Amino acid sequence: MRIEEHPILDFKRGKKIKFTFNGQEAEGYEGETIAAALHAAGVKVLGKSLFLHRPRGFYCAIGNCSSCLMVVDGVPNVKTCVTDLQEGMEVETQVGKGVII
Amino acid sequence: MREADLVVVGGGPAGLCAAISAASSGANVLVIERNKKLGGQLVKQTHMFFGSEKQYASTRGIDITDILLNELKKYNNQVEIMTDTTVVGMFEDGVITALHKEDKYFKIKPKATVIATGAFEKSLAFPNNDLPGIYGAGAVQTLMNVYGVKPGDKVLMVGAGNIGLIVSYQLMQAGVEVVAILDAASKIGGYLVHASKIRRMGVPILTSHTVKEAIGKDCVEKVIVCKVDDKFKQIEGSEIEFDVDVMCVSVGLTPLNELLAMRGCEMKYIPQLSGSVPVRDENYETTVENVFAAGDATGVEEASAAMVEGYLAGICASAKIGYKPDNFEERKQDYVKQLSDLRSGPVGQHILSGIEQIVVK
Ligand SMILES: Cc1cc2nc3c(=O)[nH]c(=O)nc-3n(C[C@H](O)[C@H](O)[C@H](O)COP(=O)(O)OP(=O)(O)OC[C@H]3O[C@@H](n4cnc5c(N)ncnc54)[C@H](O)[C@@H]3O)c2cc1C
Ligand code: FES
Repeated sequence: MRIEEHPILDFKRGKKIKFTFNGQEAEGYEGETIAAALHAAGVKVLGKSLFLHRPRGFYCAIGNCSSCLMVVDGVPNVKTCVTDLQEGMEVETQVGKGVII
Repeated sequence: MREADLVVVGGGPAGLCAAISAASSGANVLVIERNKKLGGQLVKQTHMFFGSEKQYASTRGIDITDILLNELKKYNNQVEIMTDTTVVGMFEDGVITALHKEDKYFKIKPKATVIATGAFEKSLAFPNNDLPGIYGAGAVQTLMNVYGVKPGDKVLMVGAGNIGLIVSYQLMQAGVEVVAILDAASKIGGYLVHASKIRRMGVPILTSHTVKEAIGKDCVEKVIVCKVDDKFKQIEGSEIEFDVDVMCVSVGLTPLNELLAMRGCEMKYIPQLSGSVPVRDENYETTVENVFAAGDATGVEEASAAMVEGYLAGICASAKIGYKPDNFEERKQDYVKQLSDLRSGPVGQHILSGIEQIVVK
């Protein structure tokens, strides 16, 4: 789902980055957010809501709404729409509110 | 504790212009922006801007940021810019707290502050509006124009204002099908030039229509829309179904200015300005001394007005703390005139009727 040709923009993607999503290997590019990389890989469900466990995806993509919270390297409630992807990151779907300790 | 003459919160068009005019008056300025990139909403606007020449009409939004940043570079030794830093609190004693890179907190006590935090997208109430695949129009723009990722294959756009129309066009530029644009109003809200361009590309614009329900298991798969009467009540039997994997919600923005409320500035709900906004004087100073505001945070308008408001708030804030340029009055009058020119049309009249309710003489 990446845009390869565009009449106005020229996407200079950074180097490829490997990470895992729920234990499975996935790929993205340096300079993109976790949510963007996941979306490009076809993943839209990022978490499950607090009480009813309804699927959650991103909504605003600029850090305003908290709809995109995931567990990243064991830390819950990470806003993946504004957090850059990094080599070797372990990204997991967050169910409910997440536990810190 | 850090000290500064002026702290500008938000590095969008309003904040950057406030920094430029304050620095050009001689003040030292610290700009704090929570994103990694400066430019606010401009970083995803690939279209040529409307407005007037002084505010870079016909220039693409993405290029306006560079113009402003180049201007700001002239004052390198007076201006510090911190990105990836969010202002999280403003307190009665004038202290501001900020969080750098999600892990380091620090405090600053400036002589004055300009709040230019912009606005955020509204959402719409209908069954299953929380399904993944239902995104704000700005989010879709960010995904496409900043990261080069398509939101999906088939999109239904809700809202025929300028943002809805422009994002629909940008979706098609990225090779995504837009099945229809709907709007509950009986008339298209955006400019007709944008609407005709989209109609020529074969996308129907359904006015007097709203979303009845979204359907899908994990993600949106189908959207049912229906007609509304002149009281916006749904008309039974008028349903149309669209099989889409994305629904884009573009029903307007509302000012993002909780920091001002937290600081104790008097706020008023003004529908014409799209939400709760600070009461202010004509210099853009709020009811709390030395706290100024500019741009969409004072009422949702356009980048052109946000820039001029930024210049005006910046020059007034710096004058207030002792950096008054010789040509202060002349510059101030020029900005006031630019704003009244920008607000001369019918939309401007509507905005002005809102502004009248918050400006204290
Ligand atoms: C699709 C679309 C098309 C548009 N087309 C046009 C057009 O053609 N012509 C036109 O004139 N206008 C247009 N606009 C409107 C224009 O983009 C906005 O009016 C303008 O960007 C508002 O500027 P601002 O500086 O007030 O806010 P913003 O651009 O929203 O900038 C606010 C900045 O503050 C930062 N921020 C927020 N809170 C904090 C915090 N607590 N700490 C630190 N930083 C913070 C944000 O990250 C952001 O960078 C368009 C908008 C959209 C969405
Ligand atoms: S999608 Fe809104 S905060 Fe991430």
